[in-house]
Amino acid sequence: MRKIKKPCGFHSIKVNHLSVSFKDQEVLSDVNLHIHCGTLTAVIGRNGAGKSTFIRAILGEVPCEGEITFKNTENGAMRELRIGYVPQSINIEKSTPMDVYDLICSFVYKTPVFIKSRKVEGEILSALKEFEADELIHKSIGTLSGGELQRVLLSMAVMAEPDLLLLDEPVSGIDKNGMDLFFKKMKYLKENHDMAVVLISHDLDYVAEYADKVILMDKSVLAEGSPREVYEGEEFKKVFGNTSYGFEPIRNTDTEKEAPFDASYKGGAL
Amino acid sequence: MTMMDYGFMKNALLAVLLITPMFAILGTMVVHKRMAYFSDALGHSALTGIAVGVLFGFRDATVSMVIFGIVFALVLNQIKFRNLLSADTVISVFASFSMAVGLAVLSKGGSFSNYSAMLVGDILSITVPEIIGLLVILVFTVIFWIFAVNSLNAISVSPVLARSRHMKVNLMENVFAVLIAVIVMLSIKWVGILLISALLILPAAASRNIAENMREYHIYALIFSVFSGVVGLISSYFANVATGPMIAVVASVIFFGTYFKGKQ
Repeated sequence: MRKIKKPCGFHSIKVNHLSVSFKDQEVLSDVNLHIHCGTLTAVIGRNGAGKSTFIRAILGEVPCEGEITFKNTENGAMRELRIGYVPQSINIEKSTPMDVYDLICSFVYKTPVFIKSRKVEGEILSALKEFEADELIHKSIGTLSGGELQRVLLSMAVMAEPDLLLLDEPVSGIDKNGMDLFFKKMKYLKENHDMAVVLISHDLDYVAEYADKVILMDKSVLAEGSPREVYEGEEFKKVFGNTSYGFEPIRNTDTEKEAPFDASYKGGAL
Repeated sequence: MTMMDYGFMKNALLAVLLITPMFAILGTMVVHKRMAYFSDALGHSALTGIAVGVLFGFRDATVSMVIFGIVFALVLNQIKFRNLLSADTVISVFASFSMAVGLAVLSKGGSFSNYSAMLVGDILSITVPEIIGLLVILVFTVIFWIFAVNSLNAISVSPVLARSRHMKVNLMENVFAVLIAVIVMLSIKWVGILLISALLILPAAASRNIAENMREYHIYALIFSVFSGVVGLISSYFANVATGPMIAVVASVIFFGTYFKGKQ
């Protein structure tokens, strides 16, 4: 099983002057960021703001200008950045003869997927257990629900002990319990596996509660900082309208508690 | 005199026992990656390969077929990577074009009938050195498969995810396409241009109807493929019809059987 590593604070990922253009249209311009291990960074913004493009640029999927460096500032050594990626969805037919074991085995192991290995199975099982997905190991991928697939993909992403975990709207279409479980898990991962988590999310209230850093994006970085700094800033209001978030202890009156904060933004810019 | 007293039947049986497992293995991934069109187009482009050989005066058409097949496969992949058009449209355009050129060249002076045997193939004509050649290809395919099946499967699920794990996505896609091209071209003489795709697709498609995971998928595809090959060969002997079509008929019957029996 994976060893528990406390975040050391020495690893960091730097994004310098990142720009992405498709033909002559600039999708992202001059993005500068600094991401530390052991933190959860949430990227928010309206649809089409370039959030997914940002993730794809880090993955090297879209041609971009600027640079992305991974540094271990403790001893200055550079090594290849290990990225764990959880896509929004995967493209698979319902009838595909592939179960969860097959999926993880083909991405993570060298043992050919048509030869069943007890050792591989044991390791996959314990990785799935961490996300309460161990009972899914022999379920066909095509029959998994959105939440189940997400837990499987997360287990797989974490198995490689990545330095950076990238999640592209991983919790769309998941109920409240699932959301709670997911964000608690993210908190656990960043605290115990020396991992930087970058997550695109539309759930502003969960982001407010769990993110260490919020990046408001619209073609470029409009605002960054702690959730409160960003949510109370001018730029945030421009994008999401006047949404009040009750950050304790400044504003926590009864009237604001009654007003659910998700009601105002769901119909709006998101 | 029984069937096996004929040397050509023995050779044909051996050839079937070598070709069918090879096609079953590759077919699993061809179906998985939705490349049925691709293998069809490759089969048809064999005609162009022969035509190229005739034009350049190759003595052995197999060489020009293999070279043409490889070029054809790589060009198709390039177009697919660039996402210029949807894959099936591209493949159709290229297949039609290359087949038309092939037919035009080969039919010059009314000589197409010389090549019509290629359409259905003739496994009974296989010689011992050719069988040894098939054995070598089968061994190579199995070794390749042991090393490549995981990444090919991963790529079929999500190329982006595969790349994020440092898999060489384009390289693997190209190697796989070239391998199929080579094997299709080398076996087309015995299987036939019109049926090669059927042999590649049908066993895997039938297996997909009932398999729950990759292991079952491979096992059923192998069983269906070898079974159709042997039954097709024997029944073609007694019915006195061409072997390739009989194999395809048996494989189709298995497909429909599994389709109606399979997981609903």
